[in-house]
Amino acid sequence: MAQEPVRKARTVMSESDINRVLTRIAHEILEGNRGVENLLILGIPRRGVPLANRLSAKLAEIDPEFVIQERTGQLDITLYRDDLARAGSRVPASTIIPSAGVDDAVVVLVDDVLYSGRTIRAALDALSAIGRPQTVRLAVLVDRGHRQLPLRADYVGKNLPTASAEHVRVHLAEIDGDEDYYTSDQVQIVDVMD
Amino acid sequence: MRHLLATRELSYDHALAILDTAQEMATVSDRSIKKLPTLRGQTVVNLFFEDSTRTRTSFEAAAKRLSADVLNFAVKTSSVSKGESLKDTVQTLEAIGGDAIVMRHWASGAAQQLANFGWSSSAIINAGDGTHEHPTQALLDAFTLRNRLHGTQATGKDLNGVHVVIVGDILHSRVARSNVWLLHTLGAKVTLSGPPTLMPVGVNTWPVEVNYDLDGILAQHPDAVMMLRVQAERMAGAFFPSPAEYTRGWGLTNDRYQTIADTDTLIMHPGPMNRGLEISAAAADSAQNTALEQVANGVSVRMAVLYLLLAGQPGQ
Repeated sequence: MAQEPVRKARTVMSESDINRVLTRIAHEILEGNRGVENLLILGIPRRGVPLANRLSAKLAEIDPEFVIQERTGQLDITLYRDDLARAGSRVPASTIIPSAGVDDAVVVLVDDVLYSGRTIRAALDALSAIGRPQTVRLAVLVDRGHRQLPLRADYVGKNLPTASAEHVRVHLAEIDGDEDYYTSDQVQIVDVMD
Repeated sequence: MRHLLATRELSYDHALAILDTAQEMATVSDRSIKKLPTLRGQTVVNLFFEDSTRTRTSFEAAAKRLSADVLNFAVKTSSVSKGESLKDTVQTLEAIGGDAIVMRHWASGAAQQLANFGWSSSAIINAGDGTHEHPTQALLDAFTLRNRLHGTQATGKDLNGVHVVIVGDILHSRVARSNVWLLHTLGAKVTLSGPPTLMPVGVNTWPVEVNYDLDGILAQHPDAVMMLRVQAERMAGAFFPSPAEYTRGWGLTNDRYQTIADTDTLIMHPGPMNRGLEISAAAADSAQNTALEQVANGVSVRMAVLYLLLAGQPGQ
């Protein structure tokens, strides 16, 4: 068996960095929306989901009127992707929308890394098939540039200039916790050498 | 997965992937826009050498919900009745631009032949071949069963330990064969029952128990009892003396139904039901009967199959 190529990984955000950034984004969302009214936080699987849950927990901490279960969900985009032919089909994840629905809500989409923008394009299509939100905003942990579509994030954890040959790896306890490589929550830049 | 030809060769992982995908496809019918863009630009050809309104309509609905184009090729009005071979028919359809062929054929093994002989590069989905297999029916039965047993927690679960009884004409039933293999793969225990004249030779090599005492099995309170349709069109030989005798011995009569009424035993039927023959009206109309759910789930399962077979391939 060929050995895994040696990769140089450097950590660019630590667990406490991620935590602080989410706290800031929660405040920014409340500032932008002038409160919690009509807010709906939707995570994009996989790693957007735990980030959305953490963000909701912080919103509830800041403003007790924010009820986490009624205001948090997840939006799967697999069936709306434009690269299915290249990436191959895979089993879609669940879409979970709170009973109030998305109509007239202020939806905040949450994802881990903003890159080409194609995931978000698919998410907007998926969302419009479910209903008609009043506003859609985008919150991401990392914006690494290299956009291929005219999209931008409203709330950015960290702007991270990267080369397109590099990988951005996000480790979150909820998803990566049981894996061997996991030590703590962090964002890494990994050089790809082939 | 390139084709879906039979459940016998379907792996546990693939079977579960289809059921879990179907679970997500089912949620589309609750949305305001009941359509996904996933298979836009792809063409699904329904090629039916045997009459079937239900299965064909179900596949058509599934393909359209995924935004695929659908061509219905009715063999009776086509050049096949003028003597064209299967190979020429299929290659003609492919030249028109089909990406997947959903085929029902009166000959057992027809779908296998189509897939193996390299006549076409389309994905082949077997929608019933002779008395061999009808894989999507078995998949929708398993999906229905799983949903009734596990509700919203169904994703990722198999049918380990579930006891299913299949009753009736096993000999001619492709539904029974597909169910036997799939249920076995998913961990269920299968009991076959029916007239000994309608039990296939070699059934002892299948992973099932054969029991001719239907009342005795029902007393064990199985999780589901699947009543097969008595297929009048395949009853050329004298397999049982009269329809009334069949009903007395192997039908879910009112008296028999009363022994399992208001229990957790589900009553399944692939449709169309012959009321008064293999199933009584009381059983057919009870809340334990899943026949209509099976029809609705059929669309979700077929969406899942089309998606998993077609989405991963470059459009042609």
